Amino acid sequence: MTPAIDAENVRFAYGDTPVLSGVSLTVEESEFLGLVGPNGSGKTTLLKILLGLKTPDSGSVRLFGTPARSFTDGTRLGYVSQQSSEADATMPVTVREVVRMGRYAHAGIRRLSDEDRRAVDEALDRTGITDLADRRINRLSGGQKQRAYIARALASEADLLALDEPTVGVDADSVERFYRLLDELNDEGITIVLIEHDVGLLAEHATTMACLDGELYAHDETRPFLESDALERVFGSARAVRADALGGDALGGTTDASAGDADPIVEDADAPVGGN
Amino acid sequence: MATRDRLAETFPPQSFARRAGIVAGVGVPAGLAIMSFIVWVFPPLYDAFWGATCSTADVWLVCSGFLQRGFTAGILIGITAPVVGAYLVNRQMALIGEALAHTAFGGVAIGLFIGAAVPGLDYPLLFALVAAAIAALGMQWIAVNTDGYADIPIAIMLTGGFAVGIAVISYGVVFSATVESYLFGDILFVPFRNVQLMVGLTLVVAGVVAATHKQLLFITFDREAARLARIDVWFYDTLLIVLTALVVVAAMQVLGAILVAGMLVIPVAAAMQVTGSFNGGLVLSVVFGQVAVLGGILVSYALNIATGATIILVAIAVYLLALLVGTVLGR
Repeated sequence: MTPAIDAENVRFAYGDTPVLSGVSLTVEESEFLGLVGPNGSGKTTLLKILLGLKTPDSGSVRLFGTPARSFTDGTRLGYVSQQSSEADATMPVTVREVVRMGRYAHAGIRRLSDEDRRAVDEALDRTGITDLADRRINRLSGGQKQRAYIARALASEADLLALDEPTVGVDADSVERFYRLLDELNDEGITIVLIEHDVGLLAEHATTMACLDGELYAHDETRPFLESDALERVFGSARAVRADALGGDALGGTTDASAGDADPIVEDADAPVGGN
Repeated sequence: MATRDRLAETFPPQSFARRAGIVAGVGVPAGLAIMSFIVWVFPPLYDAFWGATCSTADVWLVCSGFLQRGFTAGILIGITAPVVGAYLVNRQMALIGEALAHTAFGGVAIGLFIGAAVPGLDYPLLFALVAAAIAALGMQWIAVNTDGYADIPIAIMLTGGFAVGIAVISYGVVFSATVESYLFGDILFVPFRNVQLMVGLTLVVAGVVAATHKQLLFITFDREAARLARIDVWFYDTLLIVLTALVVVAAMQVLGAILVAGMLVIPVAAAMQVTGSFNGGLVLSVVFGQVAVLGGILVSYALNIATGATIILVAIAVYLLALLVGTVLGR
């Protein structure tokens, strides 16, 4: 089977500052990949490269077998970015209008069909914001707004859903709901790539996990991944971590991970293994 | 860096040729249809409409040929300018209209100069259209190769276009009244062929926006998501800026090069105060545009002051009222 994403030896730098080097990653269809890494480890950049939104300096990325840059089927991709767009603070646009944008790749220049409207209603319903549909988006709270963007990605009925820390600023109840929704979607066969700072939460839901800090440290099924030393190597070598703090709240300190959940993972770490 | 990312936005690379093919395939027949409409169909319709209006209400206001042409031109601008402005304003590109208008004025000056020498080419608005289109594409080129629609290129284009206009005028022999009508607008001085041109431009703008509204809205609201949906954002950027050039040239006769941007911006800004939806705002801004144009013409007629200026002042009054209503409604 053709993998959903196939990246080989991706290198990327902002000017003279290297961000990614030699990253190779394969995401199979129906995989639920949790991507973790310290702040500034290049997670967002990698995700954008994988989606064809940025061009790597070298290396290749294929989406469903086609080079990402010439992959034209926008209907197969859904994306929830880390920060909402600049325009949503000032522009008069309703939640429903935003969610409808998820159907634009399907519609092209024709009018939205009943099928499109049904997908929009369903996405609003699944994210629990039907009653907010006619509200102006900048009148919503951060969490509600984030659900609107998730609804937009859902409405696109994409085969590959990429989410970049979508639950930042979202209340605990909604986070719970959101993960249940992701599990459902994944069960339906949708490939998911999720960047998340809460390693413990991620471990409960993702089928595979990968750890990034400029280079990819490990990519494995969730259980073996957690048992490997990948997390401690990455978070141990992260810029802000004191080596002797690792056993305590290293994860909490660098990634805002909920330390309680993540503790078992790093308990037995004696000293960080230098990764870089 | 910025340049590379912006260039990367032109993907998918192969789609440009395909899109050019579609544009030519649809554009040429549509263009011919619009040409035939404004040459053969529109004039009898126009005569029938104003003839009927004049015989119903026999007042000078609707029976004078000057005012009939002025009203028609104004109503058309009150539709197209706010529609295109809605996308521009929400992308913080409001001043691009002003820059294009000033460049179009440079084109008018060149057109007047050439028209004085060669009477057969005495069609300054066509020169304005060419100048504005070239400026629009130039602006797009600069945006791709630098940091987007920054205010420095806009300021250079705005003053540069005007400088060319003034230089050409000072060199040639042109009646200052004619120049002033393009600078400040003169609704009583709209020849019928310019009304025809405006009808053509309005049909082009309306047709293109109707077909591409979703794409234009998407790139206005969230470029990155639009790129992910594999919408060619630079194609639609170029389309929007060229549409702006068309609207600006159409509006120049009524509002003048200096005041054109007001019609692109103010009705939209007013609508944004009282609505939460983009589509609702689009409709409302056209309504406000009509109020400004018709109110402006009537007030300027009653008080005997310049029409272009009055239209803009009425638009601002509408905006202030909308601001008040919006505050009360808590929008």
